[in-house]
Amino acid sequence: MKSGLKRSNAPIFWSLFGAGGMLSALFGPVLVFITGIAVPLGLLLPAGTMSYPKMLAFAQNFIGKGFIFAVIALFLWFAAHRIYHSLHEIGIHPGLLAKLLCYGSAFAATLISAYVLLGLGF
Amino acid sequence: MSDTKKIIEIEVLRYQPESDTEPHLEVYKVPFSDDMSVLQGVQYIKDNFDGSLTFRWSCRMAICGSCGMMINGIPKLSCETFLRDYYPNRVRVEAMAHFPIEKDLVVDLSGFIGKLESIQPYIIPREARSLEQGEYIQSPEQFNAYIQFTSCINCTLCYAACPQFGLNPDFIGPAAIALLHRYNMDSRDGAAEQRMELVASEEGVFNCSAVGYCSEVCPKHVDPANAVNINKTNAAKDYFLRFLSPKGGSK
Repeated sequence: MKSGLKRSNAPIFWSLFGAGGMLSALFGPVLVFITGIAVPLGLLLPAGTMSYPKMLAFAQNFIGKGFIFAVIALFLWFAAHRIYHSLHEIGIHPGLLAKLLCYGSAFAATLISAYVLLGLGF
Repeated sequence: MSDTKKIIEIEVLRYQPESDTEPHLEVYKVPFSDDMSVLQGVQYIKDNFDGSLTFRWSCRMAICGSCGMMINGIPKLSCETFLRDYYPNRVRVEAMAHFPIEKDLVVDLSGFIGKLESIQPYIIPREARSLEQGEYIQSPEQFNAYIQFTSCINCTLCYAACPQFGLNPDFIGPAAIALLHRYNMDSRDGAAEQRMELVASEEGVFNCSAVGYCSEVCPKHVDPANAVNINKTNAAKDYFLRFLSPKGGSK
């Protein structure tokens, strides 16, 4: 066995990436359809599906809050990891700054969405 | 047989360390028949045009793993790749990507050999076993868990295919991880925890970004990408659960 091996911290980012990837694969397309197409164009769904009172109630519900938080935070961790590694693959070898920008923005957005969601009350 | 020989242009990446400062391409016009492989094409060049052309080969039947080359930019065994599939176009033959070139089509595999050694590619028994205890009994199910990963012939085409190995030569890489997985999955072996130190290290599985090209070019259908991905999950479990394990996991 080789000596002087350093344990990689990748599992933290890789797990968040994996969870976000799974979630975006499952919910991403349908969320784009509902929020970007069906609701604005008034297709299929009843009027006022995403009205303010309804969305507020959704965000105040314990499960709804969790869902919104997971969708925002994990999607961003997924994107951050993908962008970071894609930079490496196209020959831009990302240093500490790129790491901070990619994962830092996901981390900041996680904190902000948690703060806002908790601020909406239950 | 209508065997008027056709002529194909073979472009070969040449590098003679004694005289060349960098590799360059040379074109040869090679007469060929439909049953001739790319390997036979370069052998024809060596026999008839330039005896100094250097390349590795042995079995001519895709089992020794010696004759890997980049053929029109794709890592392939030259013995099972046929000139007829490229004719009438020119075919380009180069040394395997991502490895230092020693001479012409021969690359330096010492880094790979070191990696093979580092994974402890042998059965390390769970517990010492005496002769009286008899042979190990293995069920077909236990056998099936690892047999696929024993098919590797160390041709290193997967390394020539792996963009991450190209970017970081310290990455243990597809074939070595597939072989590591082969021993981890063997019911007679008990050293998965020892090997985890390497799997979970900065040289380990997390260099992989799941491109999957390694499995695509593998001539033996070992599917190293699968072995790497299973071990990402294993390494992530080890990372988070090591504090719960009685031995504390690997370091």
